[in-house]
Amino acid sequence: MSDMSDDNDYYSDEDMFDGTQDEDESGDEMELDNFGDDFKVPAKDKKKSYEVDYDSLSQQAVEKLMARDINHICSILGVEVDTASLLLRDQKWNKEKLIEKYMDNPTKVSVDAGATLPETGPPPPAPLRNSTSSSSQSSNRRTTRGSKMLGLGPKTKSPTSSPTISHHVPQSLKRASSKKAEDFFVCQICFNDAPNLQTLALDCDHAFCTECWGDYIVSKIKEESEHSIRCMAEGCALVAPDHFIRDTLLPAPGAPVGDVERESQNIAAWTRFQELIVRHFVGCNRNLKFCPYPSCTNTVSCPSAASKASLASTVPIVSCGARGIGPQDQEISKSQQLGFGLQGKEHRFCFGCPIESDHRPVICAVSKMWLKKCADDSETANWIKSNTKECPICQSTIEKNGGCNHMTCKKCKNEFCWVCMGPWSEHGTAWYSCNRFDEKAGVDARDAQSKSRASLERYLHYYNRWANHEQSAKLSVDLYAKTEKKMEDMQITSALTWIEVQFMKKAVEEVEKCRTTLKWTYSMAYYLAKGNEKELFEDNQRDLEKAVEDLSELLESPIEPDTIPTLRQSVTNKTVYVQKRNEIVLEDTANGFLEGRWKWNVAVDGFDDPEETVL
Amino acid sequence: MTSISVRRLQKELTEIQNEGCPVGINLLKADDFQTWFFTLEVMGDSLYQGEAYTLMFRFEPQYPISSPAVQFVVSHDKQAPIHPHVYSNGHICASILGSEWSPVLSVVAVCVTLQSMLASCKKKERPPDNDRYVRTAPDNPKKTVFHYDDDTV
Ligand SMILES: [Zn+2]
Ligand SMILES: [Zn+2]
Ligand SMILES: [Zn+2]
Ligand SMILES: [Zn+2]
Ligand SMILES: [Zn+2]
Ligand SMILES: [Zn+2]
Repeated sequence: MSDMSDDNDYYSDEDMFDGTQDEDESGDEMELDNFGDDFKVPAKDKKKSYEVDYDSLSQQAVEKLMARDINHICSILGVEVDTASLLLRDQKWNKEKLIEKYMDNPTKVSVDAGATLPETGPPPPAPLRNSTSSSSQSSNRRTTRGSKMLGLGPKTKSPTSSPTISHHVPQSLKRASSKKAEDFFVCQICFNDAPNLQTLALDCDHAFCTECWGDYIVSKIKEESEHSIRCMAEGCALVAPDHFIRDTLLPAPGAPVGDVERESQNIAAWTRFQELIVRHFVGCNRNLKFCPYPSCTNTVSCPSAASKASLASTVPIVSCGARGIGPQDQEISKSQQLGFGLQGKEHRFCFGCPIESDHRPVICAVSKMWLKKCADDSETANWIKSNTKECPICQSTIEKNGGCNHMTCKKCKNEFCWVCMGPWSEHGTAWYSCNRFDEKAGVDARDAQSKSRASLERYLHYYNRWANHEQSAKLSVDLYAKTEKKMEDMQITSALTWIEVQFMKKAVEEVEKCRTTLKWTYSMAYYLAKGNEKELFEDNQRDLEKAVEDLSELLESPIEPDTIPTLRQSVTNKTVYVQKRNEIVLEDTANGFLEGRWKWNVAVDGFDDPEETVL
Repeated sequence: MTSISVRRLQKELTEIQNEGCPVGINLLKADDFQTWFFTLEVMGDSLYQGEAYTLMFRFEPQYPISSPAVQFVVSHDKQAPIHPHVYSNGHICASILGSEWSPVLSVVAVCVTLQSMLASCKKKERPPDNDRYVRTAPDNPKKTVFHYDDDTV
């Protein structure tokens, strides 16, 4: 389940649209707990309409929540901690359901969870033998330090039932030799028969050597991400309780150092095991979502976005509180934090759908629809991603190497827009609309062929701009990496301080953020029904776009020490303005959802059917 | 130090050589501890009477902690048996080779299970998703996550 893909990689895998968040509509999930009391955060003074309330929880914090549930079950059902944990895991952490079922039939619930043996007695303790074999029939076990320490030594139940062999029951290995049964043990997995072999067994008494147990548990955790680890004996459904796993994987205090590689592998497996249980708990609770970033173990709690209905009016973009990739609990200093900016990306993701980035202002359902459309049409649209085009006047080849879309042909000095190839001078003016699609062509289309051409043209208009903002955001960041080096050098050669050269970084971050907003506005506009509301939406889109292009262009102007103060002033002003325009787009779109202003040209869950379907 | 799989497979091999395989199962080739071949016939009354199949076992160093990769050999002169849990490329959908694998099971135990799987078959047919699966199947059947719809296997 732990497929943690790259956060930009949303075209590649259609399966991600299946979403894990809302797969379980049955009554199976646990009730909606409110964790607010335990993890209070200071109330933000004024929440913006495009923001949601959420808390980020560390793994330890989630473990506390789990412990609370486990203790609750312990006290109500009178079972031990490990048993309570197994029962809860089996019932998907639904306390009420567990209690109800347990009251009804404790044995069944407990056996189903692998917490206790069936009442009919354990499966035959000695592994099944080949029916043709004549080897010794008694089971030979030896209590050792390991099993004593765990209190799991063989019980006095005698294995009276001789195994019945039906034709379809697989045979396991035969005992190799028939030495004196009492002091002879051969591990049936590795065939180690060393005299002091240490063995372990669960309550079922299926004993195997400690090393095999360790290898098996590690393999289950590492290869299969399994948190419910059954006994190794064939057909035995007993699940290893947590203390058994811990004691098998972690060296006993004061024990002599053994195989270092093995020990560190075991410790890593124990860490992973704890994480797997937390992931399971989080996955069973609609109020929680595990951070999708690689090797991050934080969880976000966002009860206001737990219901499907809420996703028709909010875009629950959250952040787990961590940045970058790597161990989470490292404190980072203030200067590191500043330096992180672009490299150590914030772990931002959508609580409501599997998209691992900020898709505001567009709601999940529409975002998914758009990404699916893009994935389906990827071949048609591939040519757009090219980095070179021809000048519309003189046809010489022009390469785009920055984020700015204001192109100037080196040869004929023609200034044009990279996106629509139209004259740049008219961009940003009220009568010119690079962002708006002229629907007339589609309306005039009569026959099927011209209709389908019109519909492709319409899609390409939006896709082109969508893809271009994505690409431009990336190019701005790339270009900035080069600029940054130059700025650092200037600190040394001029009187500028480190803080004074940071304005560029701030601006690039803002450009990247706004281009992400712009990118998604094109997916929204593609599905918005024609009318006044859409036009207002596109006005805001255009104003933000113009502001972003201006700032982008400024960021690409040459940097010299003596021009820095003026540049700094204009970049700072423009950054503030861009920020404002972005706020307007986000706020107004979010308010539109809350007010029910947006109408679509396709059917969208939670909205009225479209009056007119365009696509 | 020899790996657990070598030690264990050596043991299984010695046992097969000393005591032989159950009726209908024969060791064809076991030159190393990576790949073994067996022939498989269904004895008595069954839909597969008189037919012989070849099984291939591939072992990882973690065998028997991890299950062996088992499949029927399909070549110019060999076919996979026609069975609702056997794909035409030889891959087998059997829980014992996946989630129900237990490290105490052995190569011979797997052979016997597959033998009885064929013996109890009521109708010779391919899995319903055979064509789709075979088109995209990985070389190693262990890379496939099978959905075991039938616990009798
Ligand atoms: Zn062993
Ligand atoms: Zn057992
Ligand atoms: Zn995170
Ligand atoms: Zn979403
Ligand atoms: Zn030109
Ligand atoms: Zn344009």
